[in-house]
Amino acid sequence: MPLTLASTLVQQAHTSLNPASPQVRLVDQLGTAMFVTAAVVCLLVFAALLWAALRRRSGAEPVADGRQERPMKTAVLLATGVTTVILFVFLIFDVSVGRSITTNPGNDALQIRVTGHQWWWEVQYRDSLPKNWATTANEIHVPVGRPVVFELRSTDVIHSFWPPNLSPKRDQIPGNENSLWFQADSAGVYRGQCAEFCGHQHAKMAFLVVAEPADQFEGWLARQRDTAQTPTDSLARRGKDVFMAASCVMCHAISGTSAGSRIGPDLTHLASRRTLAAGTLPNTRENLTGWIVDPQAIKPGVKMPPNQLSGPELLALVAYLETLK
Amino acid sequence: MCSHYRENGGAAGQRGSAAKHLSVLLIVLALSGCKREERDFHGLPAGGTITNPKVREVPFVAGGSVPADSRPGPYEENAYAVSQGKTLYNQFNCSGCHFQGGGGIGPPLMDADWIYGSRPENIYETIAEGRPNGMPSFGRKIVPDQIWQIAAYVRSMSGLLRKDVAPGRDDAMQVRPQEQSTQKAKPVQSGIPKSAELP
Repeated sequence: MPLTLASTLVQQAHTSLNPASPQVRLVDQLGTAMFVTAAVVCLLVFAALLWAALRRRSGAEPVADGRQERPMKTAVLLATGVTTVILFVFLIFDVSVGRSITTNPGNDALQIRVTGHQWWWEVQYRDSLPKNWATTANEIHVPVGRPVVFELRSTDVIHSFWPPNLSPKRDQIPGNENSLWFQADSAGVYRGQCAEFCGHQHAKMAFLVVAEPADQFEGWLARQRDTAQTPTDSLARRGKDVFMAASCVMCHAISGTSAGSRIGPDLTHLASRRTLAAGTLPNTRENLTGWIVDPQAIKPGVKMPPNQLSGPELLALVAYLETLK
Repeated sequence: MCSHYRENGGAAGQRGSAAKHLSVLLIVLALSGCKREERDFHGLPAGGTITNPKVREVPFVAGGSVPADSRPGPYEENAYAVSQGKTLYNQFNCSGCHFQGGGGIGPPLMDADWIYGSRPENIYETIAEGRPNGMPSFGRKIVPDQIWQIAAYVRSMSGLLRKDVAPGRDDAMQVRPQEQSTQKAKPVQSGIPKSAELP
């Protein structure tokens, strides 16, 4: 079915016209109602114009006694009345949609802190026990059918959090905390994007929302809470030494090791993520190697500098990063 | 617009041509300012190895040796690079010892005294190779391009850069007078302070 194929592609691509949460469904209904009403009104106006332009006129000069004006006056009054009613209906509809998508999600909700950076997303799953915190980047996993509250922050400039299939957008403002919540209805991978111009690589500041069944999500979260695996084979071990001795360690953290900087994305479970560089590249060995050597060729202006590593060092480093599942 | 003024008499015509001259001047100024904002994302060629990866023994002499990277301060006139240097100064925790330039654990950077020289290449050397009594070597941990950015920023702290190149605002709360409005200090070669001499 071409239509199904198209809609699958569209859903993956990122669109608010294919809702996957009650929030976006409501907004979509409002949008559709507005579009249909506006289309009907537009057609009626054009029909009236055509009728006025094409109707046969009587030969005689119009008589200025106001008698002919009367039906016109009725029509104009009627149109004004209908317009006012339509606008009021939409006002009420709009306010009610706004209220429904901002209701209190309840105590069962999952809390996720998303911090915008130039040009990537830091994602932190918090817990009452700090040892249970899990930090990742650019890929947000959520359980299906459970409300998820997002705590939205920024460390540099204004960003805007927007996974269109799941949620309306909301700004992330430095020094201020915003929040929104949604509930994914069905499992799937949805794309999100920064929706506020934030500098050079605003366009390459994307993320994925992976909605999965609750037990699968809990398994994923448990793995993310784990510290990084200690590499077993000699190449990966050497790669770890390269990581700790080179410029990587100045910006990136790998939990369970001495790397603890929070300037760049946390790499503890890098190999478990689907994309690199905030949704810019699929996470493959080739892309990762190219990215480490020269990020500026792929994402000019990105804060990561080109790294000067020898061939064997690079090979070992990539082998180590690939063990970080 | 100018011709309109001219029709209305001499004084207005004068004003019109003055406006024209002013706008030309502004355009020239704006264009000359572009170099200051140039963003070179490829300061370094990709790949390859650092030519001199080993930490050399540093002679204990003021002014020091020749740095591995021989470009003489490539970012002295680039406001973008200096602001990047300022961000890195905090992110890489230079501020952990030198604070916001006033010094604490490490020597102050915003005064006129320089133990190892005030030239960009001296500062590069200090960061890359380290110095006795506590300054670690970052040569392998920070790529040369970023060391030059930090070196340029360090110079701006005592007003050694042009006013329009030095940073004019902070990323976070302001904790010191802006580098832009810092009086240019006359660098003094102070040598190693008594307190830091090896026993």
